[in-house]
Amino acid sequence: MAVSTAGSMPAGVSAELDTFPRLMLAHARTRPDRPAIREKDLGIWQRWTWAEAAQEVRGMACGLAELGFKRGDRLAIIGDNRPRLYWAMCAAQMLGGIPVPMYQDAVAQEMTFVLQDAGIHIAIVEDQEQVDKLLEVKDQCPELLHIIYDDPRGLRHYAQPFLHELDGVIADGKSYDKTHASFLEQEIAAGRPDDVAIMLYTSGTTGKPKGVCQTHGALIAAARGGCSFDKLDETGEILSYLPMAWVGDNLFSYAQALVAGFTVNCPESSETVVTDLREIGPSYYFAPPRVFENLLTQVMIRMEDAGAVKRKMFHYFMDVAKRCGADVLDGKPVGGKDRLLYALGSLFVYGPLKNVLGMSRIRVAYTAGAAIGPDLFRFYRSIGINLKQLYGQTETCAYVCLQPDGQIKLDSVGLPAPGVEIKIADNGEILVKGPMLLKEYYQRPDATAESINAEGYFMTGDAGFIDEDGHLKIIDRAKDVGKLNNGAVFAPNYIENKLKFFSYIKEAVAFGHHRDMACAFINIDIGAVGNWAERRGMPYSGYNDLAGKPEVYELIQECIEQVNADLAHDAMVADTQIHRFLVLHKELDPDDDELTRTRKVRRSFVAEKYAVLIEALYSGKATQFIETEVKFEDGRKGKVSADLVIRDVKTFPAVSRRAA
Amino acid sequence: MARLIGEVILDLQNVSLSFGGVNALVDISFDVREHEVRAIIGPNGAGKSSMLNVINGVYRPQAGEIILRGEHFRQMNPYKAACAGIARTFQNIALFKGMSVLDNIMTGRNLKMKANIFQQAFWMGAAQREELEHRAKVEEIIDFLEIQHIRKTPVGRLPYGLQKRVDLARALAMEPQILLLDEPMAGMNIEEKQDMSRFILDVNDQMGTTIVLIEHDMGVVMDVSDRVVVLDYGKKIGDGSPDEVRGNPEVISAYLGASH
Repeated sequence: MAVSTAGSMPAGVSAELDTFPRLMLAHARTRPDRPAIREKDLGIWQRWTWAEAAQEVRGMACGLAELGFKRGDRLAIIGDNRPRLYWAMCAAQMLGGIPVPMYQDAVAQEMTFVLQDAGIHIAIVEDQEQVDKLLEVKDQCPELLHIIYDDPRGLRHYAQPFLHELDGVIADGKSYDKTHASFLEQEIAAGRPDDVAIMLYTSGTTGKPKGVCQTHGALIAAARGGCSFDKLDETGEILSYLPMAWVGDNLFSYAQALVAGFTVNCPESSETVVTDLREIGPSYYFAPPRVFENLLTQVMIRMEDAGAVKRKMFHYFMDVAKRCGADVLDGKPVGGKDRLLYALGSLFVYGPLKNVLGMSRIRVAYTAGAAIGPDLFRFYRSIGINLKQLYGQTETCAYVCLQPDGQIKLDSVGLPAPGVEIKIADNGEILVKGPMLLKEYYQRPDATAESINAEGYFMTGDAGFIDEDGHLKIIDRAKDVGKLNNGAVFAPNYIENKLKFFSYIKEAVAFGHHRDMACAFINIDIGAVGNWAERRGMPYSGYNDLAGKPEVYELIQECIEQVNADLAHDAMVADTQIHRFLVLHKELDPDDDELTRTRKVRRSFVAEKYAVLIEALYSGKATQFIETEVKFEDGRKGKVSADLVIRDVKTFPAVSRRAA
Repeated sequence: MARLIGEVILDLQNVSLSFGGVNALVDISFDVREHEVRAIIGPNGAGKSSMLNVINGVYRPQAGEIILRGEHFRQMNPYKAACAGIARTFQNIALFKGMSVLDNIMTGRNLKMKANIFQQAFWMGAAQREELEHRAKVEEIIDFLEIQHIRKTPVGRLPYGLQKRVDLARALAMEPQILLLDEPMAGMNIEEKQDMSRFILDVNDQMGTTIVLIEHDMGVVMDVSDRVVVLDYGKKIGDGSPDEVRGNPEVISAYLGASH
């Protein structure tokens, strides 16, 4: 497949549409009345057309310029997904500046690093919460000159002269734009496709975060490739609720939206996403596996609470779906009886279920960011949701591999995306090349040189291989793959994902590298296990209490034994069955640095922090006392302690049926 | 703080209340100024809730006077109090458990509904127009208290901390001038308490509402209130700024816990 050029744009015009501000203005000209963005405010969906959005962006750009924002400056953007924060990205780009979206749930101290590293002069933030955080660290960031806020609530008495309300900035900018119309035109004309369009800081599973510089050209190439691959056009609707600092949101809610011209919908608040999803009914949907996992957990909890008839019907038709649902979706031949049963299932179960999930209108849904459990993946596909996997990282605009419709394999991430070239290094590491590669790490030539080799390939750090059909399969992070003492390959992620498919298990951390056997920490899912406990009339006071209950241990043990039985079937991983486990006394939390902001386990940090527990797992002890410091959302600290029980689990002899 | 504390808006003079032989309140006088946060503290059974009940007319004191914006009352009654702009929340949440959050808050608009019962029953003319206006106001409060995600959830299914917030929302729906809060933070964890403190301060600051609250958590009281009155066994034993009260020996021995 050739690299696509702007699908719906008339030939000749497309060549000029090589920066985001030009795309924005082109939409305002060609489809001025189509909805560009919506946001639910005070219970009602508000809408801005492309023409209106472009006016706001222009106003914001001129306002920023009046505050001294210049070509090449970085603009910090901190907050939930709000229309005006997306516009701020475009406004900065109009002036040749570089937006730097930051994780809105980070505590103030975490923000300091990025603010200093990127040399931020101006920050646009959502509300008082973010303003307070910036004020807290402002002394450590002498370069920070102006803070602009979107929502004035609670900020009336803040008298600092460097605080500005966004409304005022836009209003000033608009009047400037009226009198100096050529100013912006010149600025936009000066933009070039190889200018840096955005800086995204890597979540930093290793070391300090690095600012990944992506150009207009790279992002637009990735977005055009994706849009043509899945035939996205201006009629699409998406709900933008993932952190703006994540490359995935950037590609889907910003780059692809500006390339294809579809409508971006911003939820009312982060807690209302499920309701908003139902109201919007997006046609295109993107979420990390965790979100799909949570949705499934909620469905399962509610089904457990449903009446006997409904429950029976649900399980019967889910079995039908498991048998033939994915084949129906892929258009493969399915027997007459199954086809009929599936149609009935659609009427009674899958249709209503999709409606509850807000997924009735989905044409394409993607998941990425972490490996997705095969059972979880199969569940969504079997009820008729075209869920696909993609593979990519911040450095590649989240655009390396995509699964084509009809060629879905549960354990692969698909074919190289249009324009992308993939190679497997001798050590199994995946190398990629293409127009979507990063320009550089901000002010880190050493890191840039380390990650891009002499032939221009980006080294992903993931281990994988290409199967006979050309699909890429990911095994694990190259550095996470270890070996047991007996030489068996130990891929922790693989085991953890199997554990996490149980709705009772929220997080798992497996250990085994340079050890005789595999052991695991478990975090129970407080929603699912809590509901399970309530139905049994078990009282509990909170996570800590529930996690320590013998009945809960029994429940988790059963789950692990099932995983072990499953692992025993595969000769490659039979040796890595879990021998011993414990249920942690607290949930792993990004505030305590145990998870990244994208909620991946920081393996080495956890291993270090809970070294005493790992020791206990391998020394054969039955209990271990532990005290841990926890940070509350406001940065205050407290302690939780517990006597943790450690249990042995049944393991199974390797079944070599397949080999025979 | 740019918030301006104004004149005395509510003045209680020599209020006494007894139930049979039990003296719940004995000769209590204190005042509340406009726009301030006034806390009432004291040990269990000190008469704090009785005090609020006197202010909004649930209990009728045997002696004393209530002066509300210069108008003298021997005693209030709940309807008069509500019409005079006094709203309250309850220690044991008194919401309609089976109704949604939205509907619960809408009941707070009841006094402001002018359409007649016939119009309301058939949702005609004035009633329809009015409901849209009230709904807009209610949505502002929902936004203010950040409870958008539970708008349509029946109150009975909510955790305690959120029910307390809905209780506050309903009181705010009356657009009160004086808001009486009876232990708004009882039974909450640290984060919930922080959220609630912030909401109380925001209400006070942005809506200019005068707030009288009863609270057990000393940290909260000292943080949020402008002046504190201390009760013990129905008597007033202290009155003043949080610092003054903290230093008052009588208060320390009665409540804050003296060194023995």
